[in-house]
Amino acid sequence: MKRRTLLKGSLSAGVAGVAVAAGLLTPQMVMAAWPKAAFDAKGIDGAVSSLLGSSKLASSSDISIKAPPIAENGAVVNIAVSTKLKNVSSISILVEKNAQPLTSSFNLASVTEPFIKTRVKVAKTSSIIAVVKSGGKLFSAKREVKVTIGGCGG
Amino acid sequence: MAKKWKVRAQLKGGVTTLKALITHPMETGLRKNKKTGKKVPPHYIQTLTVEHNGKSVLDADWGPAISANPYLSMKFKGAKKGDSVKISWVDNLGDNDSHTVKVR
Repeated sequence: MKRRTLLKGSLSAGVAGVAVAAGLLTPQMVMAAWPKAAFDAKGIDGAVSSLLGSSKLASSSDISIKAPPIAENGAVVNIAVSTKLKNVSSISILVEKNAQPLTSSFNLASVTEPFIKTRVKVAKTSSIIAVVKSGGKLFSAKREVKVTIGGCGG
Repeated sequence: MAKKWKVRAQLKGGVTTLKALITHPMETGLRKNKKTGKKVPPHYIQTLTVEHNGKSVLDADWGPAISANPYLSMKFKGAKKGDSVKISWVDNLGDNDSHTVKVR
């Protein structure tokens, strides 16, 4: 019996420790409120205007999107976005044909290079849109990714 | 349990490149459990931050469309070898985790 109580005691102490660590982490997390409306938006315009305050996008050739032209597995598509634009404060990645186009948005500090690489889900053949906020203006670029589900490269 | 973090921060020519692989299911809430026919509840990372010596260099909002076991790579200036880089996330269920690496 004694051994059992000892075990229980050490377990609850462990849980408390985790809770304290979580408590310490919370304040900084609360500052960044997650933009639910932007992620729930069904269209590019809605998502961008909800997230960045405007849906006026100027197409720019200074943004480069690296993505595979054909993705065999839409659940994991490597996307890299980089740009030559200066004073970049945010980079967002959208997939046009996804039910919820906005996949992610990155706010950059002044020391951060305008470069992001990640992996996103692409439901079906679609354009990948990168939106870059530079000097208060929005710029975008597109790139198409073909998704072949169980097909042979069609 | 699988290792939860694989993170590396490497300094080259004044620019530090951070590469991170996080273990997380990233459920969209749309997938169905084949046996029960019920939807698997959404479970995905919502906010992710990268800090260099306690100062934020990247502050990201993620949706469920980020792939499972997310990978992220980013670059920033101003770090020295041995500086600490902390990466942390919070998901939609309120879970959180963080990991610190040294720049090398």
